[in-house]
Amino acid sequence: MSQAVPTTPDVDAPRGRKGGDVKPLKESRSDKAARKLSSKPASIIAICLAVLWTIPTFGLFVTSFRSPSEIRSSGWWSTLFTAEYSLDNYNDALFSGSTSFASYFLNSIVITLPAVIIPITIALLASYAFAWVDFKGRTFLFVAVFALQVIPIQVTLVPLLTQYVSWGIAGSFWPIWLSHTIFALPLAIFLLHNFMKDIPRELVEAARVDGAGHVKIFFQVLMPLLVPAIAAFGIFQFLWVWNDLLVGLTFGSAKGSHR
Amino acid sequence: MDWLLNADSIAEKLGVMVVAILLFVVVMGLILFLVDRPRNIPNWVVAVAFSGPAILLIGFGLLYPGLKTIRDSFYNRTSDVFVGLDNYATAFTRDEFQIVLRNTAIWVILVPIAATLLGLIYAIVVDRSRFEKVAKTLIFLPMAISMVGASIIWKFMYEYKPASRPQIGFLNQILVWIGLEPQKFLLDAPMNTFWLIVVMIWIQAGFAMTILAAAIRAIPEDIVEAARLDGVSGVRMFRYITVPSIRPALVVVLTTIAIGTLKVFDIVRTMTGGRFETSVVANEFYTQALRQGDNGLGAALAVILFVLVVPIIVYNVRQLRKSEEIR
Repeated sequence: MSQAVPTTPDVDAPRGRKGGDVKPLKESRSDKAARKLSSKPASIIAICLAVLWTIPTFGLFVTSFRSPSEIRSSGWWSTLFTAEYSLDNYNDALFSGSTSFASYFLNSIVITLPAVIIPITIALLASYAFAWVDFKGRTFLFVAVFALQVIPIQVTLVPLLTQYVSWGIAGSFWPIWLSHTIFALPLAIFLLHNFMKDIPRELVEAARVDGAGHVKIFFQVLMPLLVPAIAAFGIFQFLWVWNDLLVGLTFGSAKGSHR
Repeated sequence: MDWLLNADSIAEKLGVMVVAILLFVVVMGLILFLVDRPRNIPNWVVAVAFSGPAILLIGFGLLYPGLKTIRDSFYNRTSDVFVGLDNYATAFTRDEFQIVLRNTAIWVILVPIAATLLGLIYAIVVDRSRFEKVAKTLIFLPMAISMVGASIIWKFMYEYKPASRPQIGFLNQILVWIGLEPQKFLLDAPMNTFWLIVVMIWIQAGFAMTILAAAIRAIPEDIVEAARLDGVSGVRMFRYITVPSIRPALVVVLTTIAIGTLKVFDIVRTMTGGRFETSVVANEFYTQALRQGDNGLGAALAVILFVLVVPIIVYNVRQLRKSEEIR
């Protein structure tokens, strides 16, 4: 059970899509009272759901400290307070000869970083073109890109692998990065375009009047406003790549360049 | 330069990674630099520079395989003899594939609706709770666990042992505690499909919650305030203010989850392997094309999958047009 459990990221996704955070100057006393009243049942429901949601993962967590024979003969809850827990499983996973956790971990990082940075950058540029550059066929292209999301990854495996082999890069990190980039693009462009479109037109127009070119507008006007959106998508893309099995398995070959 | 393709040591691996990122930055920087030089360049040049890389990659990695799949679906198992609609006839008439199509439909209808509803309720409830951060993190946790990991986790929930022996699966233990017979959750059709769907909902609710909570936060305070002054509260506030305000986010979440569900593969593959009548189109495609070597039938199944998603895409495009008009 060498399942790497990634640390939980900050779940505060993009804020201020529409007009930013408008905080009330001062909460009136009645508002405070209303909040307190509504917060009690809400808190109870929130806690109940959270506990319910965590039971399966907690079961795995407890199981990871038990011995194989115990795992097979009794449930993890039955001896919750009496069982003898040990770190043997972790010792095996991290330091024994049969698995080299450190090497798998390094592979995961080497694969994940470019596979997050590259698609987000390309998608940002493309969504700028779709949102703020006037050209013929813009809507058609955007809809086409969005629609291509429907193509299941499994369909693309064989044609892509054939190409990679003929280019002589199969089995290295390159096809894995390239494939993750391709598969991430449609959704990334769609989501980032939605955020970009919500930026007030006046802001972009004003920059244009002041003589800023497209590149300058992109980097100095839009980028700072898009940081929350980029961070949010970055987290999801990171999780998808980090947790991916199919792409790594297909393009990473048997020599273990993936986890 | 062999280490660029065969990185073995730690230094080489990190080196390749840095080279890849630098190469990317240099190429993109060069493109942008060239576009930025001349004054008054035509718009289409800018468009090509900004969207070109994305279009090229998508054309190579998605459009071309997609078209090839459509072509293959009209050919035989080794893709060299034209057979017309035979593969589709097989897919729609044989019982096993009808079960596959039925299962896929159940997945695509149930998962997005249930996950979005749960996520929405949770986003609203947690917004007013004191344990916001912790509660959100716990709900989000499954999202951070891979689907393969999730399958292992849920084995410890669904595992079946005869009533005479101690249970390993938690759900069966609960059944035993309240005096019922333990169930073979993953073996008994048709309910086993629902038990697999539960796993997907468990994963996706966190995604829905995150996006919807952000959208709810972004509702301008003055709208809520105005409604409150008019005496709107509780369920009506939710119905007439919250839901309409976050409509775009709801559509995005439903669509993303629906498309993700259509492609669901890992859960089915690792938990039942598609046996016991639990297979879905994505898994069946994999089985047919890559295990049984029947390209034609696999491709036909994939095309059916595309067609199933078309309504979702059309609906989204219409929403897009609408928001374009407002703008």
